[in-house]
Amino acid sequence: MSETASQAVPRIEAYYAPTSLEEAVEQIAAGDVAIVAGGTDLMVTANGALRRIKRGLMNIRHVPGLDGIAETGGRIRIGALATMTDILESDLLRAKAPILPATADRFASVQIRNAASVGGNIANASPAADMVIPLLCLDAEVELASWKDGAVSTRTLPITDYFTGPGKSKREAGELITAVEFDAQGAGGHAAFFKTGPRPALEIAIVSMGFMARIDGGTLSDIRIAFGAVAPTPIRAPETEKLLDGQTLDDDLIARALESADTEIKPIDDVRGTAWYRRRLARVYLEEELRNVLEG
Amino acid sequence: MSLKVEIELTLNGATARASVPAHWSALTALRQTFDLAGAKLACGEGECGSCTVIVDGESVNSCLMPAVDLNGRTVRTVEGLWTDDGVDPVQRAFIEKGAVQCGFCTPGMIMQARYLLDRNSDITDAEIRRGLEGNVCRCTGYTKIVDAVITAARAAA
Repeated sequence: MSETASQAVPRIEAYYAPTSLEEAVEQIAAGDVAIVAGGTDLMVTANGALRRIKRGLMNIRHVPGLDGIAETGGRIRIGALATMTDILESDLLRAKAPILPATADRFASVQIRNAASVGGNIANASPAADMVIPLLCLDAEVELASWKDGAVSTRTLPITDYFTGPGKSKREAGELITAVEFDAQGAGGHAAFFKTGPRPALEIAIVSMGFMARIDGGTLSDIRIAFGAVAPTPIRAPETEKLLDGQTLDDDLIARALESADTEIKPIDDVRGTAWYRRRLARVYLEEELRNVLEG
Repeated sequence: MSLKVEIELTLNGATARASVPAHWSALTALRQTFDLAGAKLACGEGECGSCTVIVDGESVNSCLMPAVDLNGRTVRTVEGLWTDDGVDPVQRAFIEKGAVQCGFCTPGMIMQARYLLDRNSDITDAEIRRGLEGNVCRCTGYTKIVDAVITAARAAA
């Protein structure tokens, strides 16, 4: 994108920098606005998305209450504006949801982690979104705010039921993502995040996988397996989770789990990888992780 | 043409004001409005780091930051590293170690290195390498760049 081209492109007629949630959602309800926080997705597509769709640009970074990471009564709330660096450096998350900082550590580059927000990663609804994988494992809920009957109205949707296709979700046009919430995890759980691409940094995942489980005397419970970039949306693998639940790992069970996961993913060929390669990688990651668990 | 928006920021220690088109990136504003051409546009997608500047103490890809979001922020660019005492220790180390070839990535590399050293005075070699992951150089093979940043880090420690 040359500077000349970027100037020739979009025509933004209004700019909003709301300083309250009321102001933000009322304006979103009123009009055709592109919402920007860190800009790391929107500005990349400035030649496309911004030109095509939007008359107004709304910067939500000054809306109070959308930042921060805090625990209340066993629930952890991450504000939509929390950055990947905030997640990476959070002592609370390291102790009570370690899969999130583990994922943030593999997210893009330092510069992007300093800008990219968790709300933006969800809003973009990429099948390969890194931060969605641990949130799926955590059974997170996405909080959405909108303007209804002259007041702010909020609802929550389970993230497992949030995405409907590449770039698509159940978020309605007038809704703003305000936070994600999930249960704080007790000590002793096992959590890992895997991701592959040709370069260690700044990769859009060819395949990603999140894995969480409790292991008690070799017996697995509370298993959460999520895969990215192997289906139209990031997905959980519920049948494989059921197969493993309450069981003790051995070679036979690992083999059956790999077969099961293979039936739950629906990868395609695209510019980043073939369906065959994605199936192969998903098996490799799950086997590697189950063997990590087996070997303690 | 897009709507123009008034912004006011602290730019390399001084107050700066401008009226910028709402669709511009911070990088375009820095280069075209404020005549600070150190930060470079290369990929325009956040993959290469040649546009790296420090905003409110955090290094960011200025090509991905909306110019309108500069309002109220404190921004440091490579031009702001020069003081009455001469160049920054990171710049000095780049010169001494021969870490510059074509120079296009250098302002971004130096600002990312400055950020890493500001954040962590006890930084390890491995942390320096990881911290520079978002900066691409197509000339040097990185060895001399990493050497320069390690040299600057050890000189400061």
